[in-house]
Amino acid sequence: MTDLTRTAERPERLTGETSEGAQELVARTETSNDQLGREVGAVLRLDGVTLDPREVDYERDDDETMIINMGPAHPSTHGVLRLMLELDGEFVLRTKVVIGYLHTGMEKTGETLSYVQGATNVTRMDYLSPVINELSYSLTVEKLLGVEIPARATWIRMLMSELNRVSSHLVWMATNGMDLGSTSMMIYGLRERELILAFFEKTAGLRLNLNYVRPGGVAADLPDGWEDDIEVICNTIEERSYEYDQLLTGQPIFRNRLIGVGAITAEEALALSLTGPLLRSTGVPWDLRRSMPYLAYDQVDFDVIVGTYGDNFDRYAIRLNEIRESIRIIRQCVQKMPSGDYRSQDPKVTPPPRARIGESMEALIHHFKLFTEGFHVPAGEVYSAVESPRGEIGCYMVSDGGPKPYRIHVRAPSFTNLQAMPLLMRGASVSDAITMISTVDPVLGEVDR
Amino acid sequence: MGLEDLQHNFLTAPLEDLVRWARRASVWPASFGLACCAIEMMAAGAADFDLSRFGMEVFRNSPRQADLMIVAGRVSQKMAPVLRQVYDQMMEPKWVISMGVCASTGGLFNNYAIVQGVDQIVPVDVYAPGCPPSPETLMHAILTLHEQIRTGEIMKRRSEGNPTHLDHGGVWTPEVPVAVRMGTPK
Amino acid sequence: MIPLPPLAPPGVLFDEANACDVACFPTPEQYLDLVGAFKEDGFELCVDVCGVDYLEFPDRALPEGVRPTRFEVVVNLLSLSKKQRVRVRVQAGTESPRVPSLFHLYPGAEAPERETFDMFGILFDGHPDLTRILMPEDWEGHPLRKDYGVGHIPIQFKEAPGPR
Repeated sequence: MTDLTRTAERPERLTGETSEGAQELVARTETSNDQLGREVGAVLRLDGVTLDPREVDYERDDDETMIINMGPAHPSTHGVLRLMLELDGEFVLRTKVVIGYLHTGMEKTGETLSYVQGATNVTRMDYLSPVINELSYSLTVEKLLGVEIPARATWIRMLMSELNRVSSHLVWMATNGMDLGSTSMMIYGLRERELILAFFEKTAGLRLNLNYVRPGGVAADLPDGWEDDIEVICNTIEERSYEYDQLLTGQPIFRNRLIGVGAITAEEALALSLTGPLLRSTGVPWDLRRSMPYLAYDQVDFDVIVGTYGDNFDRYAIRLNEIRESIRIIRQCVQKMPSGDYRSQDPKVTPPPRARIGESMEALIHHFKLFTEGFHVPAGEVYSAVESPRGEIGCYMVSDGGPKPYRIHVRAPSFTNLQAMPLLMRGASVSDAITMISTVDPVLGEVDR
Repeated sequence: MGLEDLQHNFLTAPLEDLVRWARRASVWPASFGLACCAIEMMAAGAADFDLSRFGMEVFRNSPRQADLMIVAGRVSQKMAPVLRQVYDQMMEPKWVISMGVCASTGGLFNNYAIVQGVDQIVPVDVYAPGCPPSPETLMHAILTLHEQIRTGEIMKRRSEGNPTHLDHGGVWTPEVPVAVRMGTPK
Repeated sequence: MIPLPPLAPPGVLFDEANACDVACFPTPEQYLDLVGAFKEDGFELCVDVCGVDYLEFPDRALPEGVRPTRFEVVVNLLSLSKKQRVRVRVQAGTESPRVPSLFHLYPGAEAPERETFDMFGILFDGHPDLTRILMPEDWEGHPLRKDYGVGHIPIQFKEAPGPR
């Protein structure tokens, strides 16, 4: 047992270093003026006025404040996010976000995988809405390929995207409730989500990280009896969303903790490149599904939920109502689902059905080439974006004409949304800091990629 | 009334068995969820796949109060020292379950950024494969661990006679555990 | 097909054949003025700043008159009022790539520029805090460059001797 305990003979284990050097928050006197402006959230100070470190928070000297670390292993930071805060008592003066604790090199790995395999890589970035990651990747590849997707595949993709939006917002409601103290909300949110995950398992084989939307269509058709399953899911979740209203929306403590906290204006949000519920809470009605429609979103009827004050309560209300709007879209998908193929029949992109491999030599050769080498995508570069539950997720791809992408870059919404943290946290207490992280809803898989 | 009634109300057992029963029936996990597997771990603790029936619904946030570290998710180069620090802060006896293929071997990501297997940093007791492992797989891994605690096998493997690491003459090396062979015929 | 904004500096090339978005190709001197002109013209959101290393694909399709270099910085802009996107591709250089930073026009470009620096080594003049963001502080090298290997460890199978 002695080998597993710390002993004085091996002191190097006692001094485990987790310092990240220049990426951390340091005392004001050692910080440059520009960076100081970032840490106090002075976003709009673009008029060239320089910030003197001695002027920031001049009532408090450096030795009266405390720099603390909400380290990467923390229950409430929604993953491995590290926040360094300079505190004056209970109130936050400066914030610095240190990320990279989940960096997976997915963009580098993506250059070694073929275009069909790329969906497995991209799906693990935003692990709460995997179908939407795959959708943005597949739409990008299809733009470069120039291949036509059948209508049924489009509507199936829309159905799965909206189900994924509901499940992601349910996880958000669960974790947000738990951060604010309501552990029963955690249980309810995850319980509802199990219904959706059971449907995913029936359709795609996996509950999470389903490798379902691929360039060319989807991987498999919907299972028999799917309309009844979706009916049950829609009815249950819609009815229970009104129970969440009873539990949370009218509750005075919940309201006091969220209303008026973390307010941002529309100019600040646009300057910081925020998208998604953060931008919509400030009053800007920007939703890619409505403004730059992709798939078949212009043929379904839904509302874009927009807030007024830009505070935490608006963001909570937007996400709760987006669940209801997504249920509306799902119901319309069930009514309007066309029949047809679930993937493009272009033989250069889609492998032939397995039964034909024994009959036709050409089918065998196509199958072999497509699964060993992969299809070639013409050279070019394109950026294409969709609306994820967190904002605009886009995929910028450069192809050199080969079977593997030359460069794949995913524009992750949480990565840019985290730039709002210093602005949101300035002047708030530490407990409000927790709610602010929660309503920004970062998913560290896509932040760090 | 009296001493003769007490004859039917005793329960005797060796002390080690009682200690092992207490240890396995109230393993408290330290929350170390990193990526997608953390979501499945949360789902395992939620209503449908309840971990509370095994006494494990309290995910202690402080590693000093935890027994079990479930490493759920991919461990990047930046996170590795943090992982080791959290492991070092746990009190004996402590166990580690490596959940998911990224924690066990590096998984899908065989590249510069991911530690290829968390057993290069901490000694692992049970590996749970899957990407992500469904909550049932995680529960199977937890119950495997409970079984090993119940029989005392896990403590024997770490005793003086059976070291779980290779010692190269006093120089500290990462511990390499003996592979867990549960039910696989050799 | 979007024409260039009214305040654009003269002589900026753009790609007419690109069917997806319009891509503009300023020189590093025209870059900041062009992005400023787009911002004045109604492109409120800077969606993304990323880099590309064209070491293995030097003969990519570019319009006449653009001198290709190894590194490129790609900026995607979005106009909410006009519902349009535009892409700006600037050739950053080969040996020691440097471009001006967009921080003073779009504060939201700070984190993507840090990531581009971390992954490619492209320096941004005027950025408030150009440090690594995704890799540990003492990491050497810039991972997404083409001459930096993937770091793949060959798989050892069950009966391989010794520790991994």
